[in-house]
Parts: sequence; C-alpha cells; structure tokens
Amino acid sequence: MIAEPAVQVEGLVKNYGDVEAVRGIGFHVEPGETFGFLGPNGAGKSTTIKILCTLANPTRGTARVAGHDVVTDRDTVRRNIGLVFQDTTLDNYLTGEQNLRFHADLYGVPRSQLGDRMNQVLEMVNLSERRASVVGTYSGGMKRRLEIARGLLHAPRVLFLDEPTVGLDPQTRSSIWSYITDLKRREDITIFLTTHYMDEAENCDRIAIIDHGQIVAIDTPENLKASVGKDRVQISTDDDESAIAEIKQRFGIDAAVHERQVTFSVEAGEQFVPRLFAELDRPIRSVNVARPSLDDVFMSYTGRTIRDTEATANDKNRARMMAMRGGRG
Amino acid sequence: MAVDTPGEATTADDEITATSVAGAIRVAVPEKGLRQDARAAAIVWRRELLRFKADRLRMVSSLIQPVLFLLVLGTGLSSLASHGMPPGVSFRTFIYPGVLAMSVLFTSMFSAGSIVWDREFGFLREMLVAPVSRSAIVVGKCLGGATVATIQGIVILILAGLADVPYDPVMFLVLIGELLLLSFTLTAFGVMMAARISQMQAFMALTQMLVMPLFFLSGALYPLNRLPAWLTVLTRIDPLTYIVDPMRSAVFSRLSLSPRAVSVLSPGVTWDGWRVPAGLSLGMVAAMGAIMLAVAIAEFSKTE
Repeated sequence: MIAEPAVQVEGLVKNYGDVEAVRGIGFHVEPGETFGFLGPNGAGKSTTIKILCTLANPTRGTARVAGHDVVTDRDTVRRNIGLVFQDTTLDNYLTGEQNLRFHADLYGVPRSQLGDRMNQVLEMVNLSERRASVVGTYSGGMKRRLEIARGLLHAPRVLFLDEPTVGLDPQTRSSIWSYITDLKRREDITIFLTTHYMDEAENCDRIAIIDHGQIVAIDTPENLKASVGKDRVQISTDDDESAIAEIKQRFGIDAAVHERQVTFSVEAGEQFVPRLFAELDRPIRSVNVARPSLDDVFMSYTGRTIRDTEATANDKNRARMMAMRGGRG
Repeated sequence: MAVDTPGEATTADDEITATSVAGAIRVAVPEKGLRQDARAAAIVWRRELLRFKADRLRMVSSLIQPVLFLLVLGTGLSSLASHGMPPGVSFRTFIYPGVLAMSVLFTSMFSAGSIVWDREFGFLREMLVAPVSRSAIVVGKCLGGATVATIQGIVILILAGLADVPYDPVMFLVLIGELLLLSFTLTAFGVMMAARISQMQAFMALTQMLVMPLFFLSGALYPLNRLPAWLTVLTRIDPLTYIVDPMRSAVFSRLSLSPRAVSVLSPGVTWDGWRVPAGLSLGMVAAMGAIMLAVAIAEFSKTE
C-alpha cells in the first residue's frame, strides 16, 4: 500500500509586506513519521506551520495536509489536524474538562464517543485527577499536557506541535517528550513539530533544518550527523606532546590539545578506539568519543550555532514580554 | 528515510506506565454543516455563561452603576425634579427604563471585549482553527454576550418595586425582549470593534469614550421633547434613543396615568414632529445589529 504523504509542500512562499518569511520550501512527511522543523526563532518555522494549519494563506506554492489542499479544502484539513501552539490557547477560567468539551463541540466529536475519548486522552497525559480543576491552577507543564490531550481529542491524522516544550524547565521538557513518544505508540498519527532545541530534534525520524526561510538540509538525525563526518575523540595521557607525535606517526592523524586533552577527529570513532589502545605504546588514562551533534550539523550548514542566533532574538522577546505585561494592567 | 515502526519511539527510561495499546478510540469528525455550526455556536454561547458564572465580582460590579443611578441619583434629584413631574409619579419611575438600558451597556461591551483577551491569551486561535464557519463562532459570541447582559438587566427588573413600577408579566416580557435586542446589537458592535483591536486597554478606552455619550444622549434621564435644537439633533442620531424610547413606552403604558402625564413623561421620539412608532424604532435597532454582525463575521473570516 502506498500511502499518501501526511504533509506535502511544494514551492511554498510567504511574504509579509517586504519581509520574506518563507522563501520557496518543499518537503513531504510520510504517514506515521515524526518530522521536525529545526531552526532558530524567526527562521520561518511558525509561518510554515501556520500555513499548514490553514491559519495563513501562502503567497505562492501549495501545501497538502492529510491529502487535502490547505487553501481550497481548508475545513477538511482542519478536521484532520490537531494543534498545540507555542503559546497556550487554553481558557484559564474553565476547568480542564470544560476546555476539552469546548473543543469536542467545535470539532463535532460525536457525543456517544466523547466520554471514553476524553478519559483516554486525559489518562494519556496523566491529568485524570485534575480534570475538574480550573486550568488557571495548572503548572506550565500541565497546561502543555492538557493542550496535547486536547489536540488529540478529535483523533487527528496529523498532530502539529509548535515548539511544544518552549518555556518549560528541563525536567518538564523531558516529561513532555515521554508523553509524546507514548502517544506515538498508542495513536496512529503523524507528528509534525518545530523546535529550536537540538536535543529534541533528535527524537524525530527526520529533520528539516530551516534558516532564513529556506530548508538547508533534510534527512534523518543520524544521516545529518554523519554528513558532518568525523567523530571527536579525546584522550588523556601522561605525556600529551609525545602522544600527539605518536598518533601522527602511526595513524597519520593531526591531534591537538583542547580542553587539556589530546583531541582529534576521526571517522567511526568507536571502531578506532580499540586500534588506538592496541597500537599506541603508552597508557591511556581516559577516552571519550563524541558523535557529532545536531549543533555541529546546524553549524556546518549555516555557519553559526543556534545559540548565536538566539542571543539577539531573546532580547527582542524579553522586550516584547515586558511590553505585554505593562499593557495588561 | 526512517518510517517509524511501533516500539521504536519507546524510550527505556519512560516514566509512564504504558498500558497495553488498546488502540485509540476512532473518532469520526462529521462533515461541516449547519448542525455542526449550531453545536459550535452553542458551546461558544455556553462558555460566555460559564465565564460569567465564575466571575461573581464582575456581576456585582456591573450592577453598582445602575443601582447608584436608580436609588441615589433617582432619589437625590426627586425633590428638584418633582416640580416638573405629574403628581403621583416619582423621578425614580421616570428614569427606570433608562437605568434598565444602562444595566446592559457595559456588560455587553465587556463580553464583546473578552475577544480581545482571548486573542491576547491565545484562546481565540483555538476557536479560529476549528472546522466550523466563523459565523457560528461570532453568532455564538454575540448571543452569549446578549444573554449575560440580559441576565444583568433582569436583576434590575426584579428591583422594579424600588422605582414604583408594577410587576406586570406582559411588561416584563416586552422589556426582556427589548433588553435582548439591545444587548445583542451592542455585543455585535463590540465584536466588530474587537476584530480590529488587539489591546484590551484600547478597547476599554473606546468603550468608555462611546458608551457614556450614547447613554447621555439617549434620553435615558430626560424626556426628548422641549430640548434645544442641538441636543434634539444629537439625541435623534444616537441609536440608543431608539431602544430607550420603546422601553419607556412599555413601562408607562402599564402605569395608571392620565394621557397628559404620559405625554409629558414619555413623549416619544419625533422626527420633525412625526412620532416614530415603536415598531420602526426596534426595527432600526435590529437592522443595525444585523449589519454589525455581518461586518463582524466578515472581519473574522479573513485569513492572513
């Protein structure tokens, strides 16, 4: 059976006035895949997700979600997708259950199935006990979990998660991820997510790296990392100088001292280590082999790290938050 | 390319006690249609009521103003005003219909304004991405605002005795109908404005700027005849005039007063000497409500 792609995008362009937010991207997502959009803030991730969720029309190009065009067949697309946005979209004055009921009525979840389905999604995110509490009393992580439950309530074929863990502490982030991987196991669903956390991108089956509105690379995390090439090996010895010389002599590899350790790059580092022990004439006190991370991948495609690009964006965000807070009083 | 296989996504240190995969309950979301839109409108309406119920402070605070007008201003001015009043009619009775209209003004606008909050706090998005027509959402919102405001009005209706207004069931039904019409039109107006306004402060400022002049020019606190020309013109332009007048007629037609007294206290809206009938007044208000509702729907149906 050849399934239709869950998401298919061709030549997608979105301009806001003079600003080109998305500059002609194309990709597809297989059914059942967990597909990640990785890039710094302002790279075009959220704009793309907005178009895929029918909240914005593309300037040019086409996008199909669950087999339907996002512009001409908007409502069918909407029925088939679940959304968890970057910012919370819950009603803080209603209880968790009331929020879910609201959603069920908007999406027309049959009343006969609603009770069971609601129990199921609440149990999935471990919120059954708090279902009758007002959402305003939830923690940040609980709110995000409720949003995930709500996004799943109408059994969508594609679940969009826009920065699902942004603004959460590391522990909550990892617990959100365990809920996401758990739901993959239970529901027959495709997940499309955006993130600017490198470690989270590794949870995806495939990743598109997006920068300045363009996809610069698209592949599995393993292949992307492999494309960067060599692993980094660090060893500590009693005499670094002569160790470096010996490595050069025996393996033809240029090593140098970084972080007080003899450091060099080599392909398939794990297989190289036994040879190193066997052939080197001196004791090795410790050894550390590091695979290239997605950080290295991002760096190799864009020439800078995500953290570099975030520094300026964060300042802008903070200013915006302050303005919002002042504006509410 | 890795197409995920079941189990692959499982992490060993998963803290979740995974029950065996019983399979998700398949939910068949129905095709878009009128029934679906009605269900969506109903839940948007219901949410307004739930929020209102949860917010007792708002309920009390929006009743303070009309009660102050009725009891304090109405009583305080009565000795002065009694010179112009026919015998046996209190000033409180005279301003009662106007105060009734006032009781729904702010609540309606506030309900509409909650769209601005919803946008700021993201909940609007939840509504706008749903597979239902935007008109269902806007209609639900306007009906919700109208219902909540009318409930406020009913509290003032219950206080009729304080203004020496009899508890006449027919009059009550007429007044409730008129309150609903007024609140719906006002909420539609507010929703129309809220479509364009992204900050609550701006919306509140606009409400203050518009609602008080509308109220003061509506003849809620004075009869519409024997006014200076400039005020006559302004009162005739004010849409609120055309709802306050039928409300006053409804009240005064139930009091046992001489026709002369009624003509003094409830002279009606005249256009160059022609008395505008209540049906036309109400029709104009309804038409305005419908137009503003249509504009609001169009505003919310736009996509970036």
